Amino acid sequence: MENLGAVSVLIAFCLGVYALAASILGGWKRKPYLVASAERAVYALWLLLTVASSVVVHALLTGDFRMVYVASHSNRDMPALYKFAAWWGGQEGSLLLWSWLLASYAALVVLTNRRRHRAMMPFVTAVLMAPQVFFLILNAFVASPFRMLAVGREITSVPDGNGLNPLLQYWAMALHPPALYLGYVGFAVPFAFAMGALITREKSDSWLQTTRRWTLITWLFQSCGILLGAGWAYAVLGWGGYWGWDPVENASLLPWITATAFLHSVMMQEKKGMMKVWNVSLISITFWLCIFGTFLTRSGIVSSVHAFAQSPIGKWFVGFLAVLAAAVIYVILNRLDYLRSEARLESVVSRESSFLFNNLLLLASCFAVLWGTLFPVISEAFTGEKISVAAPFFNRVNVPIGLFLLFLTGVAPLFAWRRTSVASLRRNFTWPLAAAAVLAAGLFAAGVRHGYALVCFALCLFVAWTIGAEFYKGSRAIAARTGQNLLAAAVELTHRNPRRYGGYTVHMGIVLMFVGFAGSAFNKQATVEVELGSAFQLGRYELQVREIRRGSNPNYSWDHAVIGVSSGGKAVDRLEPERRLYVSSGQNTSEVAIRRRLNEDLYLNFAGMSADNSKAVIQAYVFPLVSWIWIGFLVLVGGTLVCLVPGKSRVKEAGPGVSIAEVEYAQVED
Amino acid sequence: MKTYGKFAAIIVVIVGTLVWLAAGGINESKTYYTTVEELREMGQSAADRRLRVAGDVEEGSIVRLGKEVEFTLKQDALKLKVVYDGADPLPDTFRDGAQALADGKLGQDGVFRAQKIQAKCASKYEAKPGQKHPDAVKRAGV
Repeated sequence: MENLGAVSVLIAFCLGVYALAASILGGWKRKPYLVASAERAVYALWLLLTVASSVVVHALLTGDFRMVYVASHSNRDMPALYKFAAWWGGQEGSLLLWSWLLASYAALVVLTNRRRHRAMMPFVTAVLMAPQVFFLILNAFVASPFRMLAVGREITSVPDGNGLNPLLQYWAMALHPPALYLGYVGFAVPFAFAMGALITREKSDSWLQTTRRWTLITWLFQSCGILLGAGWAYAVLGWGGYWGWDPVENASLLPWITATAFLHSVMMQEKKGMMKVWNVSLISITFWLCIFGTFLTRSGIVSSVHAFAQSPIGKWFVGFLAVLAAAVIYVILNRLDYLRSEARLESVVSRESSFLFNNLLLLASCFAVLWGTLFPVISEAFTGEKISVAAPFFNRVNVPIGLFLLFLTGVAPLFAWRRTSVASLRRNFTWPLAAAAVLAAGLFAAGVRHGYALVCFALCLFVAWTIGAEFYKGSRAIAARTGQNLLAAAVELTHRNPRRYGGYTVHMGIVLMFVGFAGSAFNKQATVEVELGSAFQLGRYELQVREIRRGSNPNYSWDHAVIGVSSGGKAVDRLEPERRLYVSSGQNTSEVAIRRRLNEDLYLNFAGMSADNSKAVIQAYVFPLVSWIWIGFLVLVGGTLVCLVPGKSRVKEAGPGVSIAEVEYAQVED
Repeated sequence: MKTYGKFAAIIVVIVGTLVWLAAGGINESKTYYTTVEELREMGQSAADRRLRVAGDVEEGSIVRLGKEVEFTLKQDALKLKVVYDGADPLPDTFRDGAQALADGKLGQDGVFRAQKIQAKCASKYEAKPGQKHPDAVKRAGV
């Protein structure tokens, strides 16, 4: 079996090299047979990698402990789900997953686009095959998952494996890496289309549609990956946060930020033919950051909670990143004439300029996160001392950027292209601004003194109001004409222009998430040592430790504290935070207990027993509004899916001086 | 060109503000990374700096005293006593023999006061069954 897997990877590598060479040659010399053979090589490569991956998964599920990878990442008593998840639980397996996903994307892209974009497809295939070959080199020669345990020349096995890292044995963790990888790997597709269009000087703009769609899909996966990671950190790591500015978290955020910037600025290119160099650069940077993120995660150059060992694959990545950057810069510089802008900026208060500022801020945020993440490496290179920066640095820069972006979310969609009139500003913004000011004053009067939180809540209401007003105005017009009720009219409205109203829905999700982020300004926490039977107070909760229970199963043994929760003298709940000791790895984990409510979460961690074993050490937290992050995220996913639905009618180009609302009416009228 | 001038002015203001914020953030949170050995060599200058000290957790040295946790970081023969009094729960990977990073300041008494601990398990390939001490971990209560 393992030989089948190893040979599959090896042949896949050869096919990758062939597909790369044949599609370049075929595209360049216009040899359709060569191009067709490269396409088939892509399908065959996918099939071979599917076989190789199946071998790994089969070995994990059946517990073939002769394989090093299985022995170090699985064990007999683990539930089947986690045995399967062990596929991406370690270095070799996750690199294989990378390869397989890229091959799947490549096969899908070739299958669906080979007729539509005939001229550029050979180059798209070539650009997809370049990272594929790189990862296959790693799979086949540097970090093969098919290494066997051996004494001398004899293959041996161990009776049982080390098991998957217990921290990874959580449902969201089974989904987080594949979702993130679908995102990381997926950005190769829009990048490949952009490069293909550049190389062939594609005349029509239809590739831009394809690129934008793929970016949106990939962006959705990346968002899911990041949020599942945050949810995992919150529910499993037990430190009470969802985001710690850890290098690996940052690595996943970086391409997400640049992709978000691209999704906005690409509208400038579609509508006005502007910012072409910028857009191609953004999508290239996004893909580069994806590879860079994988490198950060896998090479261990910066220390992280994602404790992967130091490994020799780092220098391979550095080489690939350098080649990638050089190639992209060469192609862009070589095609500057093709990328010339067709229009100029006319006013500071216009849709164009709001996109410009949106991009500026997102890029500034991306740069700050990158800078902070690499600070130890940079400072060591320049001063010889390894200096790291922590959360305060990231928050100081990113909180104001986030608030400014939130503000733009509210105003930008209502700005007209080219320039916005004072009358339209007044018409659109008087009520939302007044409401926001009233909310801020009310909160201040109620005793909220946290500056950023006040601004954030006010902005959230402002943006939510403008979005609501857009939906209301549009649906009312449809309702008046067709006699539908408002809700049905809103659905109809969204269906007529899913990109705009899906976009608004995504913005609404972001607003809700910001409500959740702002809640963190009011977190409360206490660490206490309590005897069994006695109680302590946190916020409005009284927490009584009733008993400690113990038990075990084949995978782990556990202690859990039974804690009664009462509020205002009334018992409201019972929470049972738990500590586990995993048998095969000998590692402890905490299973926090969370009482999730819309207004606040009560979060309890059982840290252990005191030295004399008589008292329980409990860490208790109250996290206001945190649930809105997860709710907002679901809204964001829904909005993104709406954006992907094909619209009933094409959007009309906004003429000069016509506000969005007027265009909307015009559209409804015709 | 007037429009482009306005853009340039706004961009300069935004970027300037962000750089100013970033510089403040770096000063507030910069932490020097050292090993136990380098910390010894730093002498008096170690006292004013926020440090992140790397070492291995000495077997059996973890003791919980009320809200604080005491343990010893070692690097070969050198040892450093650490008292952790931070708010966050200790990471699950923090146990005897783990590689740990203690983030905090060195007190006048030579005891390191940590507000944050990060820990990594020693590589799995090195941990043979005989080296695991689940009982010791239980006893320490962390």
